[in-house]
Amino acid sequence: MSDHLSTYEPKGAFAKWMDARLPVMRMMHGQFVDFPTPRNLNYMWTFGGILTLMLGVQILSGLVLSMHYQPSDAEAFNSIELIRRDVNYGWLLRNIHAVGASMFFFAVYLHMARGLYYGSYKAPREILWILGVIIFLLMMAAGFMGYALVWGQMSFWGVTVITNLFSAIPLVGSSITKWLWGGFAVSGVTLNRFFSLHFLLPFVIVGVVALHIWALHVVGQNNPTGLEIKTKSDSVPMLPYAVMKDFFAMAVFMVIYAWFIFFVPNYLGDADNFIEANPLSTPPHIVPEWYFLPFYAILRSIPSKLGGVLMMFGSIALLAFLPWLDTSNVRSAKYRPMFKWFLWAFFFSVIALGYLGGKPAEGSYVLWSRVFTTYYFAFFLLIMPIVGLIETPRRLPNSIMDAVLGGGGPMASGVAPAAAEKR
Amino acid sequence: MASEVKTNAPHSTTGGTAASAMHGDPTRRDFITTAALAWAGVGGAIALWPFIQQMNPDASTQALSSTEVDLAPIKEGQAITVLWRGKPVFIRNRTKDEIEKAKDTPLAQLPDKASENEANPGASASDQNRTKPGHENWMVLVGICTHLGCIPKGQGLSDQRGEYGGWFCPCHGSTYDTAGRIRKGPAPRNLDVPPYEFVSATKIKIG
Repeated sequence: MSDHLSTYEPKGAFAKWMDARLPVMRMMHGQFVDFPTPRNLNYMWTFGGILTLMLGVQILSGLVLSMHYQPSDAEAFNSIELIRRDVNYGWLLRNIHAVGASMFFFAVYLHMARGLYYGSYKAPREILWILGVIIFLLMMAAGFMGYALVWGQMSFWGVTVITNLFSAIPLVGSSITKWLWGGFAVSGVTLNRFFSLHFLLPFVIVGVVALHIWALHVVGQNNPTGLEIKTKSDSVPMLPYAVMKDFFAMAVFMVIYAWFIFFVPNYLGDADNFIEANPLSTPPHIVPEWYFLPFYAILRSIPSKLGGVLMMFGSIALLAFLPWLDTSNVRSAKYRPMFKWFLWAFFFSVIALGYLGGKPAEGSYVLWSRVFTTYYFAFFLLIMPIVGLIETPRRLPNSIMDAVLGGGGPMASGVAPAAAEKR
Repeated sequence: MASEVKTNAPHSTTGGTAASAMHGDPTRRDFITTAALAWAGVGGAIALWPFIQQMNPDASTQALSSTEVDLAPIKEGQAITVLWRGKPVFIRNRTKDEIEKAKDTPLAQLPDKASENEANPGASASDQNRTKPGHENWMVLVGICTHLGCIPKGQGLSDQRGEYGGWFCPCHGSTYDTAGRIRKGPAPRNLDVPPYEFVSATKIKIG
């Protein structure tokens, strides 16, 4: 993909002078203007652009909030109230940042679901996918530490519970928690270092996102058929086609985002977090932000402390191995009649785990958490490898162009559909 | 890092002769490269140490390591919570009934059979090993659930204390008895007994 012929022609004396010295315009033109994108991309392919936008929004709003925020035990909670009440437009900036975190995760989950459904993790996109898993982990770390900065009751006890996960490690566990806290319990010292790291992580994410986009532009975009671009008629130039579609999707996304910011900014938050952190009293029911709930449900469904911690981290680490767990030659679930239903059942279990993670850990909630946790792991470790071997995929179109035009030349029966695709 | 260096990689343009490279023998140049990288790795690791160590509890935090508590105002059946090293410490003046209940519990029923008391390392989790002799009514515990660090309920008189009459953690349902021993729920260990001593008949020093 990256070796396609760019039509860039420097216009004017300065552009030519620059092109001979630092051909940045040539690169941008080649990668973001006449870059060939599959002509059949649907709206699920607009979340990459939306996520890049959200990263920018979070960095900009976070930067200005940090000009007013005080990362100390005594002042953190008050300084956020100050931002909300006294700082010029502070209420707006705080809402943009707080709701932005939720919107960011909402978009990333759809982006990941898209990758799962259309097999975007398969060869040659393994590195692209693993970089995505790394970005997701970094986002989780940034989101968790950012939530701690509010220094409300839920922030404090969320940090306590999550940092205590490390105490489950045999032998060195309690030394690690002490090292993380900078004391014998979560304190202002912990808050201060979380602030430093929360400021740093988004820039680390920018770096990995750059690699993610680079890897994407080497192998090219996947598409709903899962077929590669074979001829020029399979693709359209990125500008205006994909870019305009991205802009439209961003606008729709922004409408939803703005509705949360202006009408229900605290809807996704927790009432307990409007009480200042108190190390002497635990809220009756500790829950993380909604975007961590499925993983929290997995943690609580395991009756052993170390086991729960391992399963929770394992549920995310497992994603990095998908390219090798899936044994099917066909990328898109559209052409995989069996896998498709297992995948929808997987999406359902993740949502169910999200619901159960927000409920108290008792009675039938625990039972169902265990059922869905089992399915979560079985899907990756059993269903993916086995279904790929036993399933007969549907016939693939000859090309992206054929899929779009609904045509498709007569295909000799007996041609293995999987053979149409190179591994 | 240094271990990744291939010592037998032939360097066609460097010191080794073609013959030794072909046999895969390390050349003098390979040896020097490996040794230099290993030494740089050691230096890098040493330079990294202060950057890691700075995150451990600082001197001022370490200095706050002991707290004195006057027990005189705590009547039988009452409990107070004090802060020691930023952690809550439960001090309960147990009733006769509570002490008997703790003493009568067979050790075989306990999920964690260790005393979890630095003063009695390796001892069993009997009530006697978790209190001070002559002060059996005083139960002094670090009030942090050994599961994921929540603070169990049970200090207030109206609190839910769980079915063993001790403490109950609302986060994930761990239940402790009147000697602070785990009886039910996900917590792996008994509540820790902090290091403390009686400085007078009615005063203790924690830490």
